[in-house]
Amino acid sequence: MKSKAIMVNPKDNVATALIDIKKEEVVEIRAPTLLSIKAKSNIPFGHKFAIKDISKGEEIVKYGEVIGRAIKEIREGEHVHIHNVESLRARGDVVAAKQ
Amino acid sequence: MDFLGFQRKNGVGVRNHVAILCTVGCAGQAARGIAQNNPKAKLMVHHQGCAQTPVDIAHVEKVLVNLSLNPNVHSVLLVGLGCESVSTQKVADKISKEKHVEVVNVEDEGLTRAIVKGSEVVKKMCLDAENEKRSTFSLSELTLAIKCGASDTTSGIVSNPVAGYVADKVVEEGGTVIFGETTEVIGAEHILARRAINKDVSDKLYNYIENMEKRAMAMGVDMRGGQPTGGNIKGGITTIEEKSLGAICKTGSTTLINAVDYGDRVHDKGLVFMDSPGRELEALTGFAASGAQMMLFSTGLGAPQGFPIVPVIKSSGNPATCKRLSEHIDLDLSRVFYGDLSIEDGCKMVLNEILKVASWKPSKAELVGYEESIDIYFRGPVI
Repeated sequence: MKSKAIMVNPKDNVATALIDIKKEEVVEIRAPTLLSIKAKSNIPFGHKFAIKDISKGEEIVKYGEVIGRAIKEIREGEHVHIHNVESLRARGDVVAAKQ
Repeated sequence: MDFLGFQRKNGVGVRNHVAILCTVGCAGQAARGIAQNNPKAKLMVHHQGCAQTPVDIAHVEKVLVNLSLNPNVHSVLLVGLGCESVSTQKVADKISKEKHVEVVNVEDEGLTRAIVKGSEVVKKMCLDAENEKRSTFSLSELTLAIKCGASDTTSGIVSNPVAGYVADKVVEEGGTVIFGETTEVIGAEHILARRAINKDVSDKLYNYIENMEKRAMAMGVDMRGGQPTGGNIKGGITTIEEKSLGAICKTGSTTLINAVDYGDRVHDKGLVFMDSPGRELEALTGFAASGAQMMLFSTGLGAPQGFPIVPVIKSSGNPATCKRLSEHIDLDLSRVFYGDLSIEDGCKMVLNEILKVASWKPSKAELVGYEESIDIYFRGPVI
């Protein structure tokens, strides 16, 4: 396995883990150019991590499109998920909690 | 990029099928009997065509005509009952403007004689079809439908993004790409609408989604609520935008040229949205009616469905699925999943296979005969 993560679109600022990635692991990502990112936390299979520093309020881009907004600063290699990203539309877990 | 196809009056076929199409569900058994006597012909049995609202009857007639006019079809035998709500004769008259069509009705002959009569007609059509020869056409003559089904995490990160690159390439070469699955667009409709060529097309897209949601609401179901689900979040999906984009990324990045009704014949070049459910039977039927000669079907868990008159090519980025279901998966994208191949390389693999299957090679669904995923989508009550 050459790379453990995939970047879908060159515009993306996150990559998706193709296998469970351990904290401190250096991950090579096959993007248009080969990137090397050190994981700052465990990244489970199918989850995202930042491939560059993302400031609070900045858009999260995957598939070359905006999938949400950072609600806190996210550093390169950090896990990107519901703890640091909010939807610009609706969020299922919040809706479910209210119900 | 060229392929070998059959020139028709309106378009280019990648197959040269004689179709046996029942115009109403009740005539399906007669159609099946005729197909058993003619293994080379393609059987199309659906369950609609009677005891539906006038709006749906007109809609089913349109789909029957457009299925028959698919360029992969050389000639058609319509099998009616006799008392059905759709007008089998009207359907035949419309088809006859472009290709050879004959009709047999069960209530005119009885089942046994209808099968004998229909079988003789189809035999002659099959002989006649043998005279057609393939010639070379460019990718601009191709209409490719793109769908995903039995999806998993790998669909959103491997096979759908690869399909998106393929869609862009087909459009770039002057061809047409059709996609549907209205329910899948919910959550990312604003992104898709931004890609619309004009306000008319984006309005049509929003209307199709709104109407689909309203029909669900009438049953007390909110399709937007609780998305992404707890399971999605556990799997790594953070927002509803991301979930929907995982599906619609298979449409690539080109301008959305048009949004059309289910089963409408598509004449545009470029990317076109067709209002449809995600369910395979109805989605594949709608794409075939729209004129798609080929379908690219991205799957995670290994959906095996094919369609009687249109080759459906399966791609998967799930290594376990590709290994377990090599009988059904045409394109093993495991190497993209493992990072040994880029998404662009995966796209080249898929395009290469599309051109081969268009020109001569049977798809896996054709090889194993998993080809009966057909039914007509309708919106009103059954009466």
